[in-house]
Amino acid sequence: MSDTVAITLNINGEDHRVSVEARRTLADTIREDCGKTGTHIGCEHGVCGSCTVIIDGEPMRSCLMFAVQADGRKIRTVEGLAKGDELHPLQRAFIDNHGLQCGFCTPGFLMLATAVLEKEPDIADGDLLDALSSNLCRCTGYQNIIKAVRQAAIEMRGPRK
Amino acid sequence: MTDHFAGAKTYPVPPTTEERTILGKRAVRLEDPPLVTGRGRYAGDINFPRQLHMRMVRSSLAHGVIKSIDVAEALKLPGVVAIWTNDDINELGPVDFRADRGAEILKPYRQPVLAKGRVRYVGDPIAAVFAEDPYVAEDAAELVEVEIDELPVVVDSWATPGEFEPGRSTEGALLKHSFGDIEAAFKKAHVIVELDLFTGRHSGVPMETRGALGYYDSAKDILELHGAAKVPHRNRETLVKMLGRAPKGLHVHESHVGGGFGIRGELYPEDVLVLVAAMRLGRPIKWIEDRREHLMCANQGREQRHKVRIAADKDGKLLGIDDEIFHDQGAYVRTHGANVANRTMCMMTGGYDIPAYRAVCHYRLTNKTPCATYRAPGRYESTFVRERLMDALADKMGIDRIELRRRNLIGKSQMPYLIEFEEQGVEELLYDSGDYELLLDKGLKAFRWDERKVEIAARRAKGEAVGLGIAIFVEESGRGPSDGAKMSVDATGDMELITGGASLGQGFETSMAQIAAEALGVDYQRITVVHGQTDRIAQGIGAHAARATVLTGGAVNETALKLRAKALEFGSELLQLPVGDLDIVNGVIVKKGAPAGGPSLSLADLAKKLTPGAKLLNGRDPHLAVEAWFNTDHTVFPYGIHFAQVRVDKQTGQTVCESFLIAYDIGRAVNPMLVEGQLVGGAVQGLGGALFEEFAYSETGEPLAVTMVDYLLPTLGEVPKIDVLITEDAPSPMNPLGIKGAGEGGINGVGGAIASAIDDAIGKPGAVVQLPVTPQRMKALLA
Ligand code: FES
Ligand code: FES
Repeated sequence: MSDTVAITLNINGEDHRVSVEARRTLADTIREDCGKTGTHIGCEHGVCGSCTVIIDGEPMRSCLMFAVQADGRKIRTVEGLAKGDELHPLQRAFIDNHGLQCGFCTPGFLMLATAVLEKEPDIADGDLLDALSSNLCRCTGYQNIIKAVRQAAIEMRGPRK
Repeated sequence: MTDHFAGAKTYPVPPTTEERTILGKRAVRLEDPPLVTGRGRYAGDINFPRQLHMRMVRSSLAHGVIKSIDVAEALKLPGVVAIWTNDDINELGPVDFRADRGAEILKPYRQPVLAKGRVRYVGDPIAAVFAEDPYVAEDAAELVEVEIDELPVVVDSWATPGEFEPGRSTEGALLKHSFGDIEAAFKKAHVIVELDLFTGRHSGVPMETRGALGYYDSAKDILELHGAAKVPHRNRETLVKMLGRAPKGLHVHESHVGGGFGIRGELYPEDVLVLVAAMRLGRPIKWIEDRREHLMCANQGREQRHKVRIAADKDGKLLGIDDEIFHDQGAYVRTHGANVANRTMCMMTGGYDIPAYRAVCHYRLTNKTPCATYRAPGRYESTFVRERLMDALADKMGIDRIELRRRNLIGKSQMPYLIEFEEQGVEELLYDSGDYELLLDKGLKAFRWDERKVEIAARRAKGEAVGLGIAIFVEESGRGPSDGAKMSVDATGDMELITGGASLGQGFETSMAQIAAEALGVDYQRITVVHGQTDRIAQGIGAHAARATVLTGGAVNETALKLRAKALEFGSELLQLPVGDLDIVNGVIVKKGAPAGGPSLSLADLAKKLTPGAKLLNGRDPHLAVEAWFNTDHTVFPYGIHFAQVRVDKQTGQTVCESFLIAYDIGRAVNPMLVEGQLVGGAVQGLGGALFEEFAYSETGEPLAVTMVDYLLPTLGEVPKIDVLITEDAPSPMNPLGIKGAGEGGINGVGGAIASAIDDAIGKPGAVVQLPVTPQRMKALLA
C-alpha cells in the first residue's frame, strides 16, 4: 500500500494520532480511523453537507478535505455537542420540532447551525436561511429544521438585559 | 351500496384524539436521541472484524455485448483478494421479483447479479472486486479492462421497440385495465379533449446511499445481511430461494436507514453478492455505494408518456377516460415486476365518478437505469394525467376548474365505492370511506382560494405571472392480508414490542409505541420497538405502500389488547376485583375511579410474579407476554387535495412555488406531528419532481445526471412554507383504529397542482404537458 503520513487530529478536545495516506479524506478518517461515525457521507462531492464538521470555528465539508490538511487543527463533530447527558439547545430543538426523520442529514445540519450561531448569534433570519440552504435534507422538507434552528437561536442568545 | 362490505369485517367509528391518552397526540419521537447525538448506526457505520470491501466494475456503455473482461492487472494490486465476473457466479439465477400480475412473461427480463454476456445500461454491474481496503478496491476496479461491442440503444419507451435479446422484443408486456363501454362513451360525448403528457424520470435519492454487509456465522451456519431496509422479510424469502439455503440459515437485519422512499431496501444485485462472497471468501463483506453509482444504479421511476383523451357530456359530467401509456421500465425488470404500471392504471380515475375507462400500457425495456417504485408509484403519474385532463376539459367547456371537479367527485353517499376492472386477475378497488367534497370545501377555505384569486388579479395587472393550481387525488394504503406482533413486559416494567415492520425514518417506532401504549395503558417511552430483524419474528410486511401504520399498527393494537386482557385477568385474581372494575393507568392496574392509594398492582410486579412454575399461573402460560395478529382483506383509501400558488419569471423561465397547501384526510392520525412531517417532506420531493429533478439521458443512453450537481434536489431556498390541513372526517371502517396511511399523500398531487398553477400563471391553459417544468422548458412554453 502507498505511503502514509502520521498526523494528529484533535476531535472534540481529544487527540487522535493516526497514520493516513495523503489521499485519504478527512471524512473517512474521522469515521473509520477515529470511530466518530456521527459524521455522515452523502455525496463525497461537497454538495449535500452531511459531512459538515467545525474546524477552528468554521463549518467545513469534511469530504472535500484531506485528513492531512486537518493535522493539528481543532475539529468538532456531532459527538461533541452534548455535555454529558445534557443535550445542546440545537439537539433539543431538533427533537422538539421534529426536525429530523431518517436523521442522516442531521449531524451536518447541527454542526452547520452551531457554527453559524456561535459566530453570529444575532444573525438576521434571511442570512440564517441562506446559510442553512447549503445543506440538503431529503426527508423533512426543511420546514421543521428551520423551526428548530430558530428556536435554538433564541435560546443560545440567552436572556436579554 | 353497503353490500360492498359483505363478508368483510368492519369496525365502528373509533374514538377521537380528545378521547385518547397518547394515540393521536404530538408525541416526540423515540428515535431521535441517538440520531441527534451521532450514535445512529447506518449501514456505513457497521463494521465486522477482517471485513473485505467490495467495489463494482460497471458498464460505461448503455448497450453492448461483452467481448472480454481482463482482471489480471487489477488482481496484481496488493490488497486485492478476488475479482468476480458472471463466470464465477453463473449458478446464481437473476434477482427475482415478487409475484405480480403479468409477472410470468416478464421473467426473461430480470437482472443477473453480474452482467451475463450483455450490458444494458450505463452502470450495469460487470465485475465485483474484493479488497482489504475500500480505496484499494476502487483502484483495482479501475484497472479491470472490459471490452464491449456496442449495440443500438433504445432510449424512449415510445420509440419502435428494439430487441432485448435475439427473438425477444423490448416490449415486455402489453397490460390493460378497463371497465364500462369506452367506445360508447366517446361516441355520445359532447366534448372530447386529447392530451399527450410526459412525466420525467425521478428517484427517491435518499441522503444515505445504499449499503450492504454480508456476514457468515460459520458456527451457526447462518448467513446475515446487514444494512437492509424496507422489506427485510420479503427480501429474505427471495434470497433464500436464490441462494438455495434453508430459511433458518439466512437472516436479514435492518439498521438505521437514511431515507428510503420506495427505492432503498429493494433487493439489488449487490445485496446478493455480499452474501455469496461472505460465504465463499470466508470473510465479512462490506459494500457502500458512492453517490455516482447511486444515481446510475438505484431504482428510478415515473417516466411515462400518456396519449390520453377524456369525454364529457354537455354538463361537464365525465363519460370516460381512454389512455395509451408508454411505461419506461429501464434495462431490466426489478423486484416489482409490473407493479408501477399496474398502479398507474388502476388509480387513474382517482376520486371521480367515471362510467367508462380503458388504459392500455406498453411496458417497455429501455437502455437506462432500471425502474421500480418511488414514493406514490403510479399515483404521482396518474394524478398528473387526470388533473391535466380536468383542467383542459374545464378550459374547453368554459367551466370553472373547481366547479368541474365538484360535479364529478364521488359523493359521500356513494361510499363504499367499488371499481371493478374487466381484466382477469386485476384486483378491484373498494374505496372504504370518504367525503371528497367536504375536503374540497375545507381546503379551498384554508388556502383562501377566492381571496387569492383577487390578490393575484391585482399582481397580474402589474405584469406578474402568478397563478393558482389544484390537484385532487385518492391514495391507497394498508393492503392486506395480515401482520403479527409480539409484546412483553419485563420485571422492571419496560416493554418490548417486536414487529415485522421496517423503519425508513418515518417515525415507525414512535407510532407503534403510541398505539401499544394506548391499548395497554402504559407510558409509550418505556416501549422498545423492534423492527426489521428476521430472527426476532417470522413474518413481516416491512414498510412499503404506506402499509406500516395501517397493517402493522393493527397488529400492534391487537397484541397490546391481548396483553392487557392477560394482565387484567391476573390483576383481577390478585386484587380480588372483577376485571370490569379494573383499568391500567401508566403501567399500573388500578380500580376504576378509585382515589390514589387504592388497590393497585404494577405491570412490573405482575411480570415478576408470572415466572415459570408460579402457583398463580394455574396451568396458564408464564410471563407477561403475548403474540397476536391482525387480518384484513382490504386496502384503505385516504384522499387529499393539493393547492399551489406559483410565480413564473418570464425572463429566466424560473418557476417559484410561493405557497402550497396539502389537505388530507387521514381517517385517524396516530401522531399528527409525524403525519405533517411525512406530508411536508413528500410535498417537497414532489416539488423537486415537478420543477427540478430529472434523470436525463443522451441519445446514446448516457446518463446526464450522475452527481447531485446535475440531479437537483430542492434546497431550503426553493421551498415555500407548506401548510397542512389534516382532517379526520372519514375514519376507515376497515381497521379498529380508523387509520389510513400518510407516507404518500404529500407527494401524490404535486406534479398535477404545480402544472395547473403554471398554466394559470402564464395564461395558457394546457401549456404544461411535461414534468419537470425546468426553466428551459418554461422558456419554450413562453416562446
Ligand atoms: S458528503 Fe460532503 S458534502 Fe456531501
Ligand atoms: S432527515 Fe433524512 S435526510 Fe434529513
